[in-house]
Amino acid sequence: MAPIIKLLGGRRVSEAIVEIVGLRKVYAGKNSVTAVDGIDLHVEAGLIYGLLGPNGAGKTTTISIATTRAIPTAGSVKIAGVDVVAHPALARRSIGVVPQYNTLDRSCTVAENIHFHCRYFGMSNVEATARTAQLLEQFRLSDRTQAYPQALSGGLAQRLQIARAIAHYPKVLFLDEPSAGLDPQSRIAMWEAVQVLRGEGITVVLTTHYMEEADALCDRLAIIDHGRILVEDTPAALKASVGGDQIYDLRMHGVRDSGLLERRLQVIEGVTGVEVIEGGLRVLARAQDGLLAKVVTIANEFGLRDMTTTEPSLETVFIRLTGRDLRE
Amino acid sequence: MGEVVGRGEDVRLVIYSRAFIGLMERDLRVLRREIAPFVIRIAMNPLLFLFVFTYVMPHMSGGASMSPMAGMAGGGGGFGTVLLPGLMAVAIMFSGIAAVALPLAQEFGITREIDDRVMCPLPIAAVAMEKIIFSAIQSVLAAALVFPLAYYIPSTPVLAHVTSWWFLSAVVVLASLLAGALGLTIGTSVQPKQIGLIFGVVIVPITFLGCVYYPWTALTHIRWLQIGVLVNPIVYMSEGLRAALTPSTGHMPEVMILAMLTFFTVLLTWAGMRGFARRVLS
Repeated sequence: MAPIIKLLGGRRVSEAIVEIVGLRKVYAGKNSVTAVDGIDLHVEAGLIYGLLGPNGAGKTTTISIATTRAIPTAGSVKIAGVDVVAHPALARRSIGVVPQYNTLDRSCTVAENIHFHCRYFGMSNVEATARTAQLLEQFRLSDRTQAYPQALSGGLAQRLQIARAIAHYPKVLFLDEPSAGLDPQSRIAMWEAVQVLRGEGITVVLTTHYMEEADALCDRLAIIDHGRILVEDTPAALKASVGGDQIYDLRMHGVRDSGLLERRLQVIEGVTGVEVIEGGLRVLARAQDGLLAKVVTIANEFGLRDMTTTEPSLETVFIRLTGRDLRE
Repeated sequence: MGEVVGRGEDVRLVIYSRAFIGLMERDLRVLRREIAPFVIRIAMNPLLFLFVFTYVMPHMSGGASMSPMAGMAGGGGGFGTVLLPGLMAVAIMFSGIAAVALPLAQEFGITREIDDRVMCPLPIAAVAMEKIIFSAIQSVLAAALVFPLAYYIPSTPVLAHVTSWWFLSAVVVLASLLAGALGLTIGTSVQPKQIGLIFGVVIVPITFLGCVYYPWTALTHIRWLQIGVLVNPIVYMSEGLRAALTPSTGHMPEVMILAMLTFFTVLLTWAGMRGFARRVLS
């Protein structure tokens, strides 16, 4: 096995484990659809990398191309230095993939699902048996080894899919909407499992349309909409880009002198920005004692009806970028 | 990446062949677990056919003469002699459908579980080839099972005579690969909900017009039909087995049989692989 790994990893130009350049995918037909419209992505090894965006943004198509299941219209994807279009079969050795839907082999037991996967990737029977036992243990599936996939709950099936996907020690694990259809408990368990994988040195690329998931789990994020990357950074930096760590949304009775109110709010120490929103103003500020009271006092003079305070979330980031809610 | 391409040829072969063996192992394991349904599936058709046409009917009032095919077996040996190669051809063909077309239609449409095997470190064409080869193995088993049935069931003994084992092997292997390729083509080109229709639209016609229940040479008085059935690959399966096993009933030339079996195997393998790639890649 050693020479193969050396062969694939031998001449790596950069540290990027996933290198996507100018990726486009147009589904031809009567109503041709541009699913991916010029995506560049550079994922460094060892990260949990998230593609965040609404349904239909092009996340799944990007993953399908990267995992050799779709042919790009233009552009290239390299996984660990191997071009996935030119050498799909070889690239698959570096790829683990868990699609959105359950692809477990229903004719095989839980243990056989992992065992045969190991065999497909060239392990000897002894190696495959050892690896299977280890993964069943790690993913707490040991008491279900002889069960068939149909008998597993959604959470268990998901765990088995992840266990199987990493059985051949891939360099990158792709998870497409991993928490879709999972109950909250299973979702937390899945997050933990993913973090353990990063600890083992596996790079994880996942797609999600749950902000909380992207925020809690990912080291870096690309926010995608209409087949393009809008912004790419760490979750903390993305949230910081909003320009404050507190957001006060002020709803006013009518809009009297909002220009004056805006100016008065702006000069309060700690306020970093004031924006007009529907029915009132939004104040962005750094957290500070007494700031909230000052804002309320001043706003009261202008007819404050209601106020909500929030912290910037990826949702806020997405709305600022697109003018739309992520859930729409 | 010239390095991988240049130096990697033999490494690749190792990777590919291990993945291929893994796929075969998986299929064997599944088949072994479902061996009883498998045997019932391949035995039922020849068993009942032989029982009704070569045992029950000859025993009915009026004797053997009541059988519509009485006397067709020119060299003697009764209808069982005509049926033996035909039933083997059906067994081979049907195995291809049951081993590839039906599971594939389901995997593509409902369960998507084929994705798991498509992600093997193996070219997609080779994944498809594995399907054909594994199906061919089942076809050979199915064909072999017809022998004991044809030996024990008919009231008039079947006259089988193998002159060339080489020719018989060539026909059985080619016919089995052809059946697997046919299964792949059907399984990848038909929508899952239409798979039931396939029996009526494809399988029944190619069986009844496949020189299964009569030798091709006996069609000489219905010339248009004799020419027309030549587009049916099952014809060459039955005629090939007829030439190899029961040459006394008359058959088409051996060279033509081998050439046409090869032609259809290549054609359907190509079509099946294209269909497979189209279904798994977008």
